[in-house]
Formats: sequence, structure tokens, C-alpha cells
Amino acid sequence: MSWTLKAEGLAKGFTLHLQGSIEIPVLRDAALEVSPGECVALSGPSGAGKSTLMRLLQGNYGADSGCILLRRPDGSVADLAGASPREVIALRRDTIGHVSQFLRVIPRVPAVEIVAEPLVARGISREEARARASALLHRLNLPERLHALPPATFSGGEQQRVNLARGFVADFPLMLLDEPTASLDAANRDVVIALIGEAKARGAALVGIFHDAEVRDRVADRVLEVAPLREAA
Amino acid sequence: MSDGPILSARDVSIAFGAVRAVDGVSLDLWPGEVLAVVGESGSGKSTLLRLLAGEARPDAGTVLYRDPSGATLDVHGMGEPARRRLARTEWGFVHQDPRDGLRLAVSAGGNVGERLMASGARHYGDIRTEAARWLERVEIPAARIDDAPRLFSGGMRQRLQIARTLVTRPRLVFMDEPTGGLDVSVQARLLDMIRALVADLGIAVILVTHDIAAARLLAHRLVVMRHGRVVEEGLTDRVLDDPRHPYTQLLVSSVLAA
Ligand SMILES: Nc1ncnc2c1ncn2[C@@H]1O[C@H](COP(=O)(O)OP(=O)(O)O)[C@@H](O)[C@H]1O
Ligand SMILES: Nc1ncnc2c1ncn2[C@@H]1O[C@H](COP(=O)(O)OP(=O)(O)O)[C@@H](O)[C@H]1O
Ligand SMILES: [Mg+2]
Ligand SMILES: [Mg+2]
Repeated sequence: MSWTLKAEGLAKGFTLHLQGSIEIPVLRDAALEVSPGECVALSGPSGAGKSTLMRLLQGNYGADSGCILLRRPDGSVADLAGASPREVIALRRDTIGHVSQFLRVIPRVPAVEIVAEPLVARGISREEARARASALLHRLNLPERLHALPPATFSGGEQQRVNLARGFVADFPLMLLDEPTASLDAANRDVVIALIGEAKARGAALVGIFHDAEVRDRVADRVLEVAPLREAA
Repeated sequence: MSDGPILSARDVSIAFGAVRAVDGVSLDLWPGEVLAVVGESGSGKSTLLRLLAGEARPDAGTVLYRDPSGATLDVHGMGEPARRRLARTEWGFVHQDPRDGLRLAVSAGGNVGERLMASGARHYGDIRTEAARWLERVEIPAARIDDAPRLFSGGMRQRLQIARTLVTRPRLVFMDEPTGGLDVSVQARLLDMIRALVADLGIAVILVTHDIAAARLLAHRLVVMRHGRVVEEGLTDRVLDDPRHPYTQLLVSSVLAA
């Protein structure tokens, strides 16, 4: 089967206008192709641009040039790099799943609702969405009593599990994982490894940054080196 | 119904003497979309909102509204009676100061019921029931339905204004700094309430705010204004996390962890 994600000629830099307009080139001519069922790990020294590439693939950063082709669930192809805000929102609803390093908490919204939201956005009933969210939180060993609480007061590991559940609750064709196991204990790390395995088995394409070499070795089919463009200043 | 923007502004401008308060602004708002207009005080946000809502006339430019039948109406050409009718029914306006959007001497229930009646409701029992339901929805105790908002706290007044505005289920709501005059502790509750209501009802919103965190929480899309002009626009998290324009970088850098 053909690729789910195909990015070519990606360039990204930052101009810091408040610091004398200095230019920070980060990526030049970056390319990446990921097939259904495949997991690609991004590797490289800190500051090389791994997270930047990840954010480009999510539409969170805008590419200076290049294309990011994505195959939607219906088989049609979209170029994220040239997509309008509304198209990006639709791609995030149906095509791109994402687990960031840190959970962005929404005041007063309980953990189970945060996890259920991607399902509700797709039109699944609130009851079913909540049930699926709760089941996944259980699987990630988040105690039942926490499901109904807003995660603002949760520990780092608990917040990360809410974040993971939110990313894995819906079947996205593409999954982006930025250090998904950073603050987890061994048992929960194994759950994440199993979730990644199941996502691959159903045909998801995954791109991940894994600090933990053991996790990386167990889930990644391939490693893509992201090389720094210049010596760290 | 054809798919298209619910509101479209093209090259809208107004000057007050030498001050170009709004200078050639174009934007589109889609059904169900929340668009935040951010920028520092004096950048022209409130003036733009009033031009979009037809409350002030631009020196130049057009504002088009697409009604539920798909017909396109010229906001500044439809005549004041037609615009007022829209403002009572399909549109809503939430003012920064709840005193501008409420009648302080009329009971809480009356404030909500009044807008229902203005949009055509007649049955007294239904109106009171619906008003009570909306007070509950904005977390105002039912026991206070007959109290006048004069007696309410600032946060409660603002929640009442939201109930009064949304009771007719408008398709398009203009909000000018809805959390502006409130304590920080009260702001979070109100923001969360607005977020939930807007999502549940699928309302299109133009939200004017200088609060970047509020824009991040509520808006799909962001427009950054400076000196009456749009200097940057796009997907909310893209503009805030990868700002390009010097002014947007300044705006974002002056907020702690928005
Ligand atoms: N929003 C941003 N604005 C300015 N510079 C940024 C931004 N995001 C990332 N960078 C810079 O891009 C470079 C790569 O960072 P990053 O992608 O986080 O690297 P990695 O994930 O490989 O450690 C760093 O120099 C970082 O400071
Ligand atoms: N009715 C008016 N008469 C004269 N000047 C006005 C009037 N309304 C706004 N202005 C001026 O237009 C500019 C933009 O104001 P405003 O739209 O209120 O900004 P913001 O809402 O972004 O704080 C300011 O310089 C303000 O003083
Ligand atoms: Mg990183
Ligand atoms: Mg203002």
C-alpha cells in the first residue's frame, strides 16, 4: 500500500524580531515518507529540530517551503503545508492524531471529557465517547476517581496518561508522538508500547520522538536522523 | 444551504479625524467558527466589531451577512429596522460592560424573557420556564430569577448577559472583551462557560479580546490587529506558537505561558 504521509523539501526557520531579527534556520530540504503500519522514530541531538518537524506535521508551525501530503481516511490527499486553517482543523479531526509532551489543560473540564473530545468532534455520542475514554484511562491505570476531575492538579505522569488516552482514543491514520513515555513508570510504558503496536496493526502510520532507547527499539521500524543545520551557538 | 462564510468583510475602514481606527480590514467568518480579534488597547478591535455588527457605518468597505436561507444581505445597506430585527433574533452582542447589555432594574428572568419576547415568543409560562432553564445553564441559582441584576456581582451579571444573548439561539454572536472587567478567578469560569455553550450550540463568534489565553482557549482562528490593520492571521495555535510578525511576537512574548 502507498504512503499515509509524504513530506518533501521541507524548510523551516525562525526570525526573532525581538532579538535583533536574528535568523534561526532549523530544517532544510527535510523529507519523510511513512506507510500504513509503519513507525518512524526521529533521532538526533537536542535542538536538532525533531520537535519542529513534528509540529510542522501537525500544522502547529507553518513550513517556509515544501509540502506535507496526507492521505485522509477516504483516500483523498491533502497538502497540510498549503492548507487553510479550516482544512487543518478538519485534518486534525479525521487524519492527524497527536500526543504532545505536555497536556494543555482546559479549566474545569474533567479528564474523561478531554479524552472523549476527539470522538465527540467526529459525531460519536457523548455516552459512547465517555465510555471509550474511561476504558482507555483505566487501561493506562488512571484511578477511576480521577476521571471526573480536571487534570490541572494531576501529577506529570497522570497528565501524560490523559494526553496519551486523548491521542489514542480515536483511530487516526497518522499518529504523532513527541516523547510519549517521558514521565511514565515501567508498567504504563508497556501499555503505551502495546497501544502503538495496536495502532500499527490497524494500519496507522506513526512518527515519534522516543527518548527511551528501549521503547524506540521495540516500536520503531526505522530511524530518521534529524541533523542540526549549524553548530549550536 | 450552500457552504460559505456567514459574515464577510471587505476593505472596511473608518477614521476619527486623523486616527485611522480601522484601516482596510477584510475577513471571513464561517458557520460555527470562533474568530478572535486580538491586539493591544486602541488597536481598533471594538471599532471593527461595531462596524461588523452594523452598529457603526464604515467610511468605506462592505460587510455581507448570509442568512439561514442562503441569501446574502448587505449589513450597511439593509436599513436600520432590518438590522435591528437581525440583532434581536439571529445575532447577539455581548458587551464588555454588562450594564450595556442588560436592564439593571428589570429582574434576571425578565432580562432573559424580554429578548425571547422581542424575537417573537408570546406564551408567558414558556418564557419563564425557558428563562429559568437558561439561568441554570449559566449557573445563576433559580431562586434569584426575580432579583434585579443591580444586586448581582460582576461575574454573575456577565453570565446573565450571556444567557440573555443566547436564549434566542443566535447563529452569530459578537463579543467585546466579555471577561474584561472581571477578577481573574471569575474569568476562568466565564471563559469555560462560553467555550462549552458556543461548542454545544454551534454558534459563530467574533471575539474581541486582548487576553491571549482567552483567545487560545476559545478561538479556532486568530486575527492580530495593530493601528487598525490586520498584521497577521491564521489558525490560533499556529499564530501563537509560530508568530511571524514582529508585533505578534511582542504580543505573545509578553504573556506568560498562554
Ligand atoms: N517557536 C519557536 N521560535 C523560535 N525558535 C524555535 C521555536 N521552536 C523551536 N525553535 C528553535 O528550533 C531549534 C530546534 O528546536 P527543537 O525542534 O525543539 O529541537 P529538538 O526537538 O530536536 O530538541 C532550536 O534552536 C529551538 O530554539
Ligand atoms: N467614537 C470615537 N470617536 C473618536 N475616536 C474614536 C472613537 N471610537 C474609537 N476611537 C479611537 O479609535 C481607536 C481605536 O479604538 P478602539 O476600537 O476602541 O480600540 P480597542 O478596542 O482595540 O481598544 C482609538 O484611537 C480610539 O481612541
Ligand atoms: Mg524536542
Ligand atoms: Mg475595545
